[in-house]
Amino acid sequence: MIGGALLLVIVLASIAAPWLGTVDPISIDPSHRLRGPSADNWFGTDRFGRDLYSRVIYGGRISLIVGLSVAALATLIGLAIGLVSGYLRAVDAVVMRVMDGMMAIPAIMLAIALIALSKASVLIVIVAVTLPEVPRVVRLVRSIVLTIREQPYIEAATAIGTSVPRIMLRHLLPNALPPLIVQATYICASAVLIEAALSFLGAGTPPEIPSWGNIMAEARPYFQLKPWMVLLPGVFLAVTVLAINLVGDGLRDMLDPRLARRM
Amino acid sequence: MHVFLIRRLLAAVPVIVVVTIFVFALLHLAPGDPAAIIAGDLATAEDVAKIRAKLGLDQPLLIQFFTWIGQLVRGDLGNSIFSAHPVSELIGQRLEPTLSLTLMTLFISVLLAVPLGVIAAWRVGSWIDRAVMGFAVFGFSVPGFVIGYVLIWLFAIELDWLPVQGYTPLSKGVWPWLSNILLPSITLALAYMALIARITRAAMLETLSQDYIRTAHAKGLATEDVLRRHALRNAAIPIVTVIGIGVALLIGGVVVTESVFAIPGLGRLTVDAILRRDYPVIQGIILVFSGAYVVVNLVVDMLYTVLDPRIRY
Repeated sequence: MIGGALLLVIVLASIAAPWLGTVDPISIDPSHRLRGPSADNWFGTDRFGRDLYSRVIYGGRISLIVGLSVAALATLIGLAIGLVSGYLRAVDAVVMRVMDGMMAIPAIMLAIALIALSKASVLIVIVAVTLPEVPRVVRLVRSIVLTIREQPYIEAATAIGTSVPRIMLRHLLPNALPPLIVQATYICASAVLIEAALSFLGAGTPPEIPSWGNIMAEARPYFQLKPWMVLLPGVFLAVTVLAINLVGDGLRDMLDPRLARRM
Repeated sequence: MHVFLIRRLLAAVPVIVVVTIFVFALLHLAPGDPAAIIAGDLATAEDVAKIRAKLGLDQPLLIQFFTWIGQLVRGDLGNSIFSAHPVSELIGQRLEPTLSLTLMTLFISVLLAVPLGVIAAWRVGSWIDRAVMGFAVFGFSVPGFVIGYVLIWLFAIELDWLPVQGYTPLSKGVWPWLSNILLPSITLALAYMALIARITRAAMLETLSQDYIRTAHAKGLATEDVLRRHALRNAAIPIVTVIGIGVALLIGGVVVTESVFAIPGLGRLTVDAILRRDYPVIQGIILVFSGAYVVVNLVVDMLYTVLDPRIRY
């Protein structure tokens, strides 16, 4: 509940960014560089004199766009591969070996490798963060399909001549959906984290678009004197990820009471 | 035992093959001409052609692949585009700081998270349990670099107890080494601890509800013995599994943490390589990290047979 409310506030703030006392987050003002927090600049200004408060509020947009797109993309791709792989044994062995291999590559490294080879853009970041998340979805969907395909009603459906795609859509998909929605929220949280980490390392969102990760990266040289320049965007990032994870926990408890008691 | 060992080793082969193919394919799947992107915006057509030749991108795909595999098998990871040094040499120089950081993190995490999880499960529903679970959500949500900066601000700047950044090799003395490695290890450990504590608690809850636990209590065993010898031993498998899987998390965290604390390890090498688009170095580091992940999880699988003699491969 707290998570949902928090997340709602963050989403609304990002959408309503232009009306929240912000100025243009990329307009520079060299005469007002590196100012401390004041009535004009609530969070102070950065080394180009850009208003940090505006940058932080607008920065949330990138995090949420990346988080939601990655969650949607990874879930859809993973669902498709998982359904097919779980139901058709011939495909399964090969697909699962490929997934095992992908899971052996740390997510950030896989994303870094992709981004190092492309021109920086938000789209590339989304693709690069989606790729390492797919195997996790595939494994989840496949494990559900493997238990359900042995159920008598699937056998019955096959016996009366239901086609394979129809079995997948009508019988397997509805069973896989609840845990998948929970998984998607966790992927969203993880994607927000990875995007921030990539931007922080200089391999993410291009510097002209403010994102929490690159705002922190740009403030690093001034950390010892002006720690808030790094810590404020960090707090926003942490609260957002926390809120998404709490929503995930809430959904899990709601959709799977059996699991909730144990976890 | 030897048969299991060999069989498990063989099962790791396809994973390594897929990783290798994947790392190779990335160079070709990426949109645009990798040689042009590596060369940068200011490069002339000649520079691009030079880089293409250096990476072997002017050769047919299959020849490129087998040349690369042939080099890999001989332990040759190619040369850095930027410095022309062999990648294996560059990685070797950076190994100590990264190993120090990861091993210290592993030590701190397991030492603290397993007891926390056990206590939370034992006192399920109590304030301790809620505190541990709260910590687990927190540790998993707050990014490493944010925690890192908070710790630096608190312990290095405000309290001035520990150095802000940097790394001192172990050969220069234990305390200088420890004082530099402590904050980054705690930073890196938080997410890992959250994961381990959560799974430990869940696994312990499962075993604590078993009949033999009630029997153990009934025959008058001390609570500590019941928890340690009866419950924890039987909950060990999922805990050890998550420690192995969590290594992927740890490796990702290393890159960011080393960057925050200016530790000259593999993570820093990665960041420098990104900025210079030094692709052979990035490829080499991915292979080393993925190899480490596969080896750790191999060891975990081996541990299964020790922890639970019923498991046979």
